[in-house]
Amino acid sequence: MRWTIKEKELMYPGHVACPGCGGALAMRLALKALGEKTIVVLPACCWTIIDGPFPMHSLHVPVLHTAFETAAIAATGVKAGLDVRGKKDITVMAWAGDGGTLDIGIQALSGAAERNDDIIYTCYDNEAYMNTGIQRSSATPKGAWTTTTPQQTPKLEPKKNITEIMIAHRIPYVATATLAYPEDLINKYKKAQSIKGTKFLHVYAPCPTGWKMAPDLMIKICRLAVESNIFPIYECENGINYTVNIQPQKKLPVFEYLKLQGRFSHLTQKDIDEIQKSVDFERQLLLKRAAKS
Amino acid sequence: MKKVITGNHAVSYGAQLARTQVISAYPITPQTQVVELLSEFCASGKLKAKFIKVESEHSAMTACIAASLTGVRTFTATSAHGLALMHEMLHWAAGARTPVVMANINRAMGPGWSVWTDQNDSLSQRDTGWIQLYCESNQEVLDTTIQAFKIAEKLLLPVMVILDAFVLSHTSEQVDLPEQSVVDQFLPRFELKTKLDLSHPSAYGGLTNPDHYFEIRYKIQKAHEQALAVIKSVNDEFNELFGRKYGVIEAYRCDDAKVILVTSGTITSTARVVIDTMREQGRKVGLLKQKLFRPTPTEQLREVLFKAQKIAVIDRNISFGHSGVFAQEIKSSLYGLAGAPPVFDYIIGLGGRDVTPDAIYEIIDNTFKTDVPNEPIIWRGVRL
Repeated sequence: MRWTIKEKELMYPGHVACPGCGGALAMRLALKALGEKTIVVLPACCWTIIDGPFPMHSLHVPVLHTAFETAAIAATGVKAGLDVRGKKDITVMAWAGDGGTLDIGIQALSGAAERNDDIIYTCYDNEAYMNTGIQRSSATPKGAWTTTTPQQTPKLEPKKNITEIMIAHRIPYVATATLAYPEDLINKYKKAQSIKGTKFLHVYAPCPTGWKMAPDLMIKICRLAVESNIFPIYECENGINYTVNIQPQKKLPVFEYLKLQGRFSHLTQKDIDEIQKSVDFERQLLLKRAAKS
Repeated sequence: MKKVITGNHAVSYGAQLARTQVISAYPITPQTQVVELLSEFCASGKLKAKFIKVESEHSAMTACIAASLTGVRTFTATSAHGLALMHEMLHWAAGARTPVVMANINRAMGPGWSVWTDQNDSLSQRDTGWIQLYCESNQEVLDTTIQAFKIAEKLLLPVMVILDAFVLSHTSEQVDLPEQSVVDQFLPRFELKTKLDLSHPSAYGGLTNPDHYFEIRYKIQKAHEQALAVIKSVNDEFNELFGRKYGVIEAYRCDDAKVILVTSGTITSTARVVIDTMREQGRKVGLLKQKLFRPTPTEQLREVLFKAQKIAVIDRNISFGHSGVFAQEIKSSLYGLAGAPPVFDYIIGLGGRDVTPDAIYEIIDNTFKTDVPNEPIIWRGVRL
């Protein structure tokens, strides 16, 4: 197979991500797709640290750090300023974690989407507040351990479906992607860059530290998440036209995905059966939507 | 051109004449008219600005900060709860050294809900690093808004222009609208030296460890210390071009005054009438209007107030558990001066309760009659 991803790096070595960080690799790939004419907006998230403390900076593009709940509107503000200055060919990308997107930042994100502001918004989803030390967010899946959902009472609620929430805003482009499928991810960023309006990319980005798994399993866990339909890879244009981009060849049981992560080690067979049931249900829903469009 | 307009519209005309490039705002009574008129200016092409109609004041301030860092002139307006919601980003605006200009219409904080004026909203933002300028008339509002951009851009500090709810925001007065060409001469195109720039891919506002953070704060304070001279020079230049000037403070009939009354905002206008009446009666009373609240014009305050035998401060605000905020600042400014006059702190007019000439007369009269304040704060008009 030919390697079609650009070799030029816009992320330098020397960043301070943990080993096997999905969020770090996601940024590296996203910038390869978007190129140098990009400005990144970072709210409080792991990337606040990963980029490096002042005066260090690990990206070869300008970065504006901003407050936790402001990723989307700060990107809108940058885009507005650039437009007024006649610099219309610069891509502005907000890059926020799941807490900064699904929880504290959802108001500003919804506002930007409603106005169809011309930005790319990435949620790199590691399914908890990892930067503060693994606390549950509304992206944490049901049954998972975190420091605020200890094993005796793991998270009771299912993960909030941010992808569908954003699709419901009828913005021009919403897509999911993950690191085991880098070409799919890169194509989606390039597509997002070519579209005017709000683009939302939900990138599944494992955190080996918070998920209690070996760092070298990061890519494998991404693939298992897709093959077991835990994290489907699809896109939706204008809130209507769904396409499932990666069709798992065989239906892998969710247990194969769960068993590699310490955060699920306490689950009983009954818990696993319930997760399987819920994943199967969601899968059917998605296939119905894709078939209709 | 002379035009009869409200205080709110004076703000809008100021922002339009300043050729604001990005506006971001959210409606709140009694501010809303400011951004309504700006929306019309943008829609008609009278102002070539991008107007981001956001979903909250928190986002309004964030959009201004972010746009400002691309090197454009930015503006927003708010009031009370909107300002309180912005609080985090007010720190951010000053910390990021963005010359954002904002009008705040002084409105009381809930609960209970009040849309009427007092100063607790803006004074609660005292320590965020913003310059605060309080206005007395619609002309002053317009002129201060235009000057605010120049002050902000010279110092790289955000500036808040403040006016009273309804008493000024919704009251029409004659305002002299300056010619655009003269405003352009006064306020040339904004250039920001350090900005988000692809040719210099730097990071702004990132993780800053104890080796660097302290110096950033030191420099913000130094900029505030420079502000007094900058505001004066901007004021002088404005006066040369437009023939109107406002000091950081204004001393009215203070020269031989035994009692000096300190006011801010529209109470000043009422107080001028009372001072004139009492002067006619032979009472030696003067008025000090404090326009600039932050940075504190300590030297200017001392120079005028030290000559008086007593000082009466009108505070349309209360710092719970302490006293009125202006009185605290006046006391702090006079501290350490041997023989400094006693300061009487009168709390009056919270939540928009009317402050009448009679009430001001009584405050001054009471100050004459009392040697030293018997209590740390003196309430006026409380009905229990």
